[in-house]
Amino acid sequence: MTAVVNPVEPLLRIERIPHIWCPGCGIGTTVNCFARALSESPDIDLDKLVVVSGIGCTGRVAGYLRLDSFHTTHGRPIPFATGMKLANPELKVVVYSGDGDLIAIGGNHFIHAARRNIELTVICVNNFNYAMTGGQVGPTTPATAVGTTAPYGVYERPFNLPYLAASCGAVYVARWTAYHVRQLAKSMKEALHKRGFTFIEIVTPCPTLYERRNRLGDGLTRMRFYKDNSVIDHDADLRSLDLGFEGKIICGRFVNIERPSLIEAMDTRLADKLGPKYRPIGEGT
Amino acid sequence: MKADPRGVLTGAYYIDGNHACCEGAIAAGCRFVAGYPITPSTEIVERIAARFPAVGGVFIQMEDEIASSIAIAGAAWAGKKAMTVSSGPGISLMMEHVGFAAMTETPCVFVNVQRGGPSTGLPTLPGQADMMQARWGSHGDYGIIALSPTSPQECFDLVIDAFNLAERYRVPVFMMMDECVGHMTEKVLIPPANQIEVEARRFTDLPPEQYSPYRPGDDLVPDIVKAGDGYRIHITGLTHDERGYPVISADCQDGLVRRLVGKINRNADRIIRVVEDDVEQADVIVVSYGITARVALRPIELARRDGIKVGHLRLVTVWPFPQQRIRELAERIKAFVVPELNLGQVVLEVERCAGGQCRTIPVDHAGGTVHDPDRIYRAILEGVK
Amino acid sequence: MSDTQTDRKVRPNKPKGVVVIDRDRCKGCGFCVEFCPTGVLALSEQLNGKGYHPPEAVAPDKCTGCGLCGMYCPDFAIFGYRPDKRASEVD
Repeated sequence: MTAVVNPVEPLLRIERIPHIWCPGCGIGTTVNCFARALSESPDIDLDKLVVVSGIGCTGRVAGYLRLDSFHTTHGRPIPFATGMKLANPELKVVVYSGDGDLIAIGGNHFIHAARRNIELTVICVNNFNYAMTGGQVGPTTPATAVGTTAPYGVYERPFNLPYLAASCGAVYVARWTAYHVRQLAKSMKEALHKRGFTFIEIVTPCPTLYERRNRLGDGLTRMRFYKDNSVIDHDADLRSLDLGFEGKIICGRFVNIERPSLIEAMDTRLADKLGPKYRPIGEGT
Repeated sequence: MKADPRGVLTGAYYIDGNHACCEGAIAAGCRFVAGYPITPSTEIVERIAARFPAVGGVFIQMEDEIASSIAIAGAAWAGKKAMTVSSGPGISLMMEHVGFAAMTETPCVFVNVQRGGPSTGLPTLPGQADMMQARWGSHGDYGIIALSPTSPQECFDLVIDAFNLAERYRVPVFMMMDECVGHMTEKVLIPPANQIEVEARRFTDLPPEQYSPYRPGDDLVPDIVKAGDGYRIHITGLTHDERGYPVISADCQDGLVRRLVGKINRNADRIIRVVEDDVEQADVIVVSYGITARVALRPIELARRDGIKVGHLRLVTVWPFPQQRIRELAERIKAFVVPELNLGQVVLEVERCAGGQCRTIPVDHAGGTVHDPDRIYRAILEGVK
Repeated sequence: MSDTQTDRKVRPNKPKGVVVIDRDRCKGCGFCVEFCPTGVLALSEQLNGKGYHPPEAVAPDKCTGCGLCGMYCPDFAIFGYRPDKRASEVD
């Protein structure tokens, strides 16, 4: 009789479990969805799948996955991943990081990667603060919410991530919450199979910091909130996707278009200009 | 192994140091460059952009130097020899990733075509004021290697050495050029590919079950793998154990960081290269590097005509610094004379290693042009008093 | 009438699914209890080694093996499966 294991376990570095995430944190939930997406993608060779993270709670995902995984510097998983993908186009590269890492310090890299349409799947776990460092506000923290660096409440307007990604040229843009496990797994699978820059925002609870400081309850309370207050609308106007402090959360797959990926565009242009003299990067080079 | 002939433009050329550096990198097997325009280095990436598509390389102009300096790490971990190119302000931006490369032991090359600083400084004029930054620029304890070419020919030759050293010691290596050698046009001979030695990446021959990313060999350097080969490695900038897993403890820190510094120091004998001229009987030795080593030739010649026994020690590798050699020579001579296009950087190392056994006379210069040879000559005269 | 319908009348409902709980990994967040669609789980009275109340299957025969508990669990402490499908088998 063969043993039955948790379907996520073959993907984990089990010797490093238990992980560092708090009770009720949604990051682990997103990892289950990632594992499901991969288990439903037998065409993806896990030896050629690379996960690149930045710094932060979500940045720790790379360390728990039993894949070639890279825990890089704060804000920079996307350019690292860009270099890796260009140097070996056979690799499938996923960036798995948090809102502060990808959108604040990493913001410039985010917009350029989307513009270029480099083939990357960017999974952005949005818990509305910098959790690892103790709950500072970030560029996605909703106005009026508090954090340690905004003790009187945020008075900046936060980013609308799907709109940002789409306006920069991402070919696949989706938002889900940690409640939407099935849709999220499906989205991850779609994104992994899409050529170009694909982006998924996942709204998740941070019960220890963002939720607690803003008196929003624990992880379970928030998951119930997501269930009761989210609306799935794939055709929503991107400009309407802002997330307020306690408002509606519009989820869905908002963008799913086709355009040449960076490597396709590069190969096309260089082959056109150089003819047979063009040698794409590969094993023999 | 020998260079891939498809990347070697064998022949005799009249080109500047920047162009020669590009050709040297290609000859060395570099096939990934990420860069950003900055005077006086830009010609290197411009030539790379033109040359790479036909030799199987990929060039990308990234959105900034920070992106460039980590994109090369990504490319290195995908198995390619990778390089980035910049000057003062850009190198400053790249410093975090010099540290990341050192910490993760990622082989890669950073070319700094030095210009006047600090800050925006003198974009089109030479300086040598980034020498200490190359050694200490990122936070924490780590070791690096830095080479200093003195001519366009050396811009070709030494960048090949830079790539080879990066592979052998799994470390970021600096090419410390300057605006003068970079923009100076001279004869550069590119030999046939079978006369160019390039170091293969030290890929492990162990299977995944037996391999540990950070288990060092006897030379304190671990063998490497690349993503995509089934090793399922984890690489992090956090302090880590031999498996590559983060371990936040003083013990782990001690073991790791001492090895990162030690692998350069303990192998220093095999890394250090200096060119010595008449130092054995000298009373005064001029210690120089880069473009200043050229400028120093004339005052040395004049001093010798005056009957002064003056030697010349040219640093080809500036880091690791030839501490032992300086210490030995200090016992026998009256003075070191150290001209640099800065207000005193490498001279601090000379002075430290001389240990007070002889004088150390700096010939400083804030940058913007090369030294007036007369100042170096006068310093030599001062040294023999 | 089909055979299947006759079967249902004659034999009691057998659980199609099995839930497996790693009590020591659990941090008592309550997601699994909340989102199990058939109400199989409840937090137990007992404490695990970390001081949390892990879930227990209070209505195991209601388990359909849908696996949602496992999808939600942030600590990889629970999963469900269908023995007839043996989807998560490991050799």
